[in-house]
Amino acid sequence: MEAVLALEDGTLFPGLGFGAAITGVGEVVFNTSMTGYQEIFTDPSYAGQIVCFTSPQIGNYGTNSSDDEASRPYIEGLIVREFSSLASNWRNEETCQNYLERHKIAGIAELDTRALVRHLRQHGVMRGVIVRVAAMKNAGDREALVSMARQAPSMSGRDLAKVVTTPAAYAWDGGLHALDRAVVASEDSRHVVAFDFGIKQNILRHLTSRGARVTVVPATTTAKDVLALKPDGVFLSNGPGDPEPCSYAVTSIRDLAGRVPIFGICLGHQLMGLALGGKTYKLKFGHHGGNHPVKQMDSGRVEITAQNHNFAVDPDSLPADVERTHFDLNDDTLEGLRHRTLPMFSVQYHPEASPGPHDSHYLFDQFFQLIGEWKNK
Amino acid sequence: MPRRNDLRKIIIIGSGPIVIGQACEFDYSGTQACKVLKAEGYEVVLVNSNPATIMTDPELAHRTYIEPLTREYLRAVMAREQGPGVALLPTVGGQTALNLAIELADAGDLDEFGVELIGASVKAIKKAEDRLLFKDAMRGLGLETPRSRLITNLRDGLEFATEIGFPVISRPSFTLGGSGGGIAYNREEFTEILARGLDLSPVHECLVEESALGWKEFELELIRDSADNVIVVCSIENFDPMGVHTGDSITVAPVQTLTDKEYQRMRDAAIAVIREIGVDTGGSNIQFAVHPTTGRLVVIEMNPRVSRSSALASKATGFPIAKIAARLAVGYHLDEIANDITRKTPACFEPTLDYVVVKIPKWQFEKFPGAEPTLGPQMKSVGEVMAIGRTFKEALLKGVRSLETGRKRGDLDIDQRLLTQRLVTPHPNRLTYLRHALAQGMGIEELHELTSIDPWFLRQMQDIAGIEAGIAEKHGGVATLPADQLRQAKRAGLSDARLATLLGCSEESLRARRTAEGIVPVFKRVDTCAAEFESFTPYLYSTYEQEDEAAPSQRPKIAILGSGPNRIGQGIEFDYCCCHASFALQEQGYETIMVNCNPETVSTDYDTSDRLYFEPLTFEDVSRVLEHEKVDGVIVQFGGQTPLNLALPLQRAGIPVIGTSPESIDLAEDRKRFGALLQQLGIPQPENGTATTVEEAVAAAERIGYPVLVRPSYVLGGRAMAIVFDRSALERYMAEATEYSQDRPVLIDRFLEDATEVDVDALSDGTDVLIGGIMEHIEEAGIHSGDSSCVLPPYSIAAEHLATIREYTVQLCRALKVVGLMNVQFAIGPVLGSRGTSGEVARQVYVLEVNPRASRTVPFVSKAVGVPLAKIAALLMTGTLSAAAAADLQMRGIRPTPRLRDLFPSEVLANTVLPTGDRFCVKSPVFPWGKFPGVDPVLGPEMHSTGEVMGVAYTLGEAFAKAQLAAGQRLPLQGMAFISVPDRDKPKALEVARQLHRYGFSLLATRGTAGYLKKAGLPVTSVFKVKEGRPNVVDFIKGGEIQLIINTPMGMEPFFDEKAIRRAAVMHRIPTITTMAAAQAAVEAIGALRNSKPAVHVLQEMHQQLAAK
Repeated sequence: MEAVLALEDGTLFPGLGFGAAITGVGEVVFNTSMTGYQEIFTDPSYAGQIVCFTSPQIGNYGTNSSDDEASRPYIEGLIVREFSSLASNWRNEETCQNYLERHKIAGIAELDTRALVRHLRQHGVMRGVIVRVAAMKNAGDREALVSMARQAPSMSGRDLAKVVTTPAAYAWDGGLHALDRAVVASEDSRHVVAFDFGIKQNILRHLTSRGARVTVVPATTTAKDVLALKPDGVFLSNGPGDPEPCSYAVTSIRDLAGRVPIFGICLGHQLMGLALGGKTYKLKFGHHGGNHPVKQMDSGRVEITAQNHNFAVDPDSLPADVERTHFDLNDDTLEGLRHRTLPMFSVQYHPEASPGPHDSHYLFDQFFQLIGEWKNK
Repeated sequence: MPRRNDLRKIIIIGSGPIVIGQACEFDYSGTQACKVLKAEGYEVVLVNSNPATIMTDPELAHRTYIEPLTREYLRAVMAREQGPGVALLPTVGGQTALNLAIELADAGDLDEFGVELIGASVKAIKKAEDRLLFKDAMRGLGLETPRSRLITNLRDGLEFATEIGFPVISRPSFTLGGSGGGIAYNREEFTEILARGLDLSPVHECLVEESALGWKEFELELIRDSADNVIVVCSIENFDPMGVHTGDSITVAPVQTLTDKEYQRMRDAAIAVIREIGVDTGGSNIQFAVHPTTGRLVVIEMNPRVSRSSALASKATGFPIAKIAARLAVGYHLDEIANDITRKTPACFEPTLDYVVVKIPKWQFEKFPGAEPTLGPQMKSVGEVMAIGRTFKEALLKGVRSLETGRKRGDLDIDQRLLTQRLVTPHPNRLTYLRHALAQGMGIEELHELTSIDPWFLRQMQDIAGIEAGIAEKHGGVATLPADQLRQAKRAGLSDARLATLLGCSEESLRARRTAEGIVPVFKRVDTCAAEFESFTPYLYSTYEQEDEAAPSQRPKIAILGSGPNRIGQGIEFDYCCCHASFALQEQGYETIMVNCNPETVSTDYDTSDRLYFEPLTFEDVSRVLEHEKVDGVIVQFGGQTPLNLALPLQRAGIPVIGTSPESIDLAEDRKRFGALLQQLGIPQPENGTATTVEEAVAAAERIGYPVLVRPSYVLGGRAMAIVFDRSALERYMAEATEYSQDRPVLIDRFLEDATEVDVDALSDGTDVLIGGIMEHIEEAGIHSGDSSCVLPPYSIAAEHLATIREYTVQLCRALKVVGLMNVQFAIGPVLGSRGTSGEVARQVYVLEVNPRASRTVPFVSKAVGVPLAKIAALLMTGTLSAAAAADLQMRGIRPTPRLRDLFPSEVLANTVLPTGDRFCVKSPVFPWGKFPGVDPVLGPEMHSTGEVMGVAYTLGEAFAKAQLAAGQRLPLQGMAFISVPDRDKPKALEVARQLHRYGFSLLATRGTAGYLKKAGLPVTSVFKVKEGRPNVVDFIKGGEIQLIINTPMGMEPFFDEKAIRRAAVMHRIPTITTMAAAQAAVEAIGALRNSKPAVHVLQEMHQQLAAK
């Protein structure tokens, strides 16, 4: 069961393996959420990444079929301080161990995760590999391990949206999550076309809960094809990877701008930023957690948000007709923007949460309000 | 919005004395509030009756009133403080402050004096506290609450209980810590609980509620600002399911067994609740229950103020709720306040934890024989510990060893027949029984069925049991135990002592093996953000991991060991002293390091010392910290008995213990050697002996003569101390005492009857002595000093005796080479065999006990005389650093150690006591009798009080009256007084009765006493004793006809009668006086009350007047 985590800078963390007995390779990031590991496993934005939870005990409440955010998990590996083999919760259906094995995800536990987090904070995110010691030809061969880590593709310049997106358009027919309260449906149903750059299902649940009919389209869908669907609004989803190589999406957004209300989040926000003439850059260790304070610049109010991004839009790169609406209070990074004249806005964080606090649900209401206003124009 | 500039002055109400359900946590919150508001430039006025608090230190507020927390005294304070821009902050002083604020608001006092309530509006407080309004509000939000109804009489209650089915819960409105609440399983039980609850509730109503017994219990700590930003600071999951008061539950942070969906649903509900209730600024605590198999979520209750849980949450997360709440109350928004720990990020965020925190309550049922040791909806614990570990297992086991039960783990005799019962009915030893059941192989499912404890927690305990079993199987012992197995055990939190027991080796050899393997803990930081940002505050805990984050600084440093969990006899006073030591040494230039495990305290505020190690106070944990830090010195004499017990082991381990040497401390505790010393000094002490067997005890007692006072050595608070009148009682005592004393002998003293007891606190620098105060006890000797009211200055002691006391004190300080504080208990009693034919008794001064350490009275004396004794003591102690170190320190910018003769030249040279001016200061104890039905509320040599208050006035009577009032005893000004005393007390009782008669009281007495009083010409009604017939005195008490009870014990065993009287009195809250000395003081107090209006004194002004003299 002995396993090791090796980082590209040569740092090794020995521990005990759990989950699937395979090798996990990816960019190592840490997430500070204290609940919601299953949602994080299944968030397509984590494609290509090994996630270290700062919360020390993971697996406690097992897994269930209704908390998935996609049809399968996307993380490449899991790092925790202590892994629970026992699951206790009235909604539990399968232990976390079985779940990870079934989905072939490698995990490593019993290592000093706080030391790892501090290392990543100081030196920035880096690639890494989780290997079972028994599977290594030459146990303790640091060079071999590190070169494995270095073989992992870097996130920068990598278009992962294309990898995780749906191959074909589909209509979403899932309802609300059993534990969520229904939001009053709008009277006349709207049609929202959602770009899938790695979309989380909770977004779709929120759109439908507000009375929308939702069509999910592949990341590479053109503006023309979108408009052919006669949408009342267009949603740009979250997703993994670097926004810059997604030029096809930037083009689509540019073409859609001003023709239909657009709401983007996360990668969708970054793509909107690029489409409006801004630039993006990679953060040192990203924002991954459910406790980030974001200030709404107009009202002065602060919302606690769920975030998961490695890249950000440079606020100084945006043209004057773009309003900077939200900022992260921790590090002053841009968290939201709105075009002054065109019906489009976006936030860097996750208003659908899941996991995370529900403070930002109002943004979906704003989206539908914008759709309504646009229609009445 | 920034600071409110329309406010000028803020009155803060403290929480008063420490009681069960309201402890140091409100000193912590109040202190924080005072500090930040003062720093914001407001004039801070503090009202609190508890002198043992840091918040009542003169530096913390501009004006401090140590006055009773009652409407009339608050009116007097407001009258003095009124003016433009005056506000009252009631949310940092617990339920006491909140109730008082409501009373002031309802009576129109706030309007009358133009005082604005900030922090919470009257409407919000009422909506949260009034159970019906709260239920309605929840219904409006679409949130479920348990089915319930507000009941004001027994008949309606019974009807409703039948409707919802038993068990039902009864919760009286507006009481503290669930006082008077209970679970009833049948009509009979329900009638009793409801009647008591209706009586205890100030508004005579109870909420009768569907029981959520066995459901999962959770709490969220929230904070909201006036811009409507709401954050959840901490989530807490209770290990014990619903049915046990949260103050009596083992609790865990953060929540462990909820998915994000479930947690966020709870968070949404909590935010909706705080908004609906309308807590505009500040903290709130909201409790939830979740059905374990359906997930049904119900809201249980809300506290619209900072609470015990918010203190815990602050310590658990590093987010100082009270400090933030105070700034929000004066207008700031959360995003305008910086997070102290990260500096760069704002306080407007939700802390995330990369460790697990476990809180375990501490109970002291052993002090209350007759009380049923079961846990329920009424809180009974007297203190708590918190432990931090990287996993639940580690935190739980660190917590268990922080409790200092005096037993080695697993030592407890398990009664196999009781196993199921103990598991089913929550009990203080539940953990031990759980461990036992697991070790026996009982499965998680079965245990869950019996206890309703979540299987996840049970699994963690099962893991521990597995690790222990694996180690116990190693027959080769410590030498052959595989290193990996040892590491695994240490990572799971097992102590060296426990492992040594399992392996059958000494703790030392276990430790040697462990260190040789390089298995040593590192220290990690509590930083609010799981290392996402850099932290600047060294708030640390130990754990067995790879990376250490506590590289010691190069500065000269002194560590202070705290006092651990609050318990009777070792409470807030010691925390006060520890904090003072830290403050003084910081001013002197040292880096200070605090080690403690009590989450309620000011000492465990990361702001108090330069470094805070949140660790159990065991040798293993403490020595690791001290070795890691390479301290220049460690102070053990401020934290009570807990750190004192570590003095010698630490010194043996080569750690420099500063101040009075551990040898001297040991000498003072060692009866034989100390007796020899007194003999050598020619200081009398009551005849005494020691015994380790029953035979030795009997022999000693026969030699000394009954009655004798017996007690184990090395305990604080008179635990297991008793007055024994005959041989059979002594034998019984010895049989029980061995449990506490083990290899330490039992002390046997002649009991001085009719003696006056005196407490002295003194300072010494090794050369000179300064006497801080000579306190005369109001109750005579035999009542534990912690349970006696005492007065500064002494009021009835002859000058020659005072001179003797001063002289003995100096002699003792010198003989014990005291450096720092020393407390001496004297008694002025009859000289043995001196009774002449005329009945005249010669009296002399005896030394009862010497404790070369900080005592419980240090804060009281310091406040009365205006001299911070503990601070000075800490400075003096640096004089015992080695000469080489001292010279070096001076080079490194440390100020030299002061000399007492330079600080207090006149007092030191003339050997006089620090002056108290023209005021009397009375300290009175507060008792938890109301929480322990069935216990005889009588005073004796074992301490029972949980807290203390101080009364200040120009006359003794008024000072005593104020102290009594502050302690919750409202002395009556008229009505009927009941008197029942034995023959020896009758002459004094006559004086008391005569005075009462003069004040217009009618007199009621049992036959003997009545006869005596009648003979002296007083009009007295006689009444039956309980056993004699009816109507008897208890009927009168229950009928509300008696307003004052004077009932001194008749003899060796309290009679059934007396017990019934005192019990009934406690339940009906009638002032009951059990000693003649106190009766005399009470009568004087009643006289003072009849003749005076509430007068208040400002501590800072008192001190200025004293300094001017």
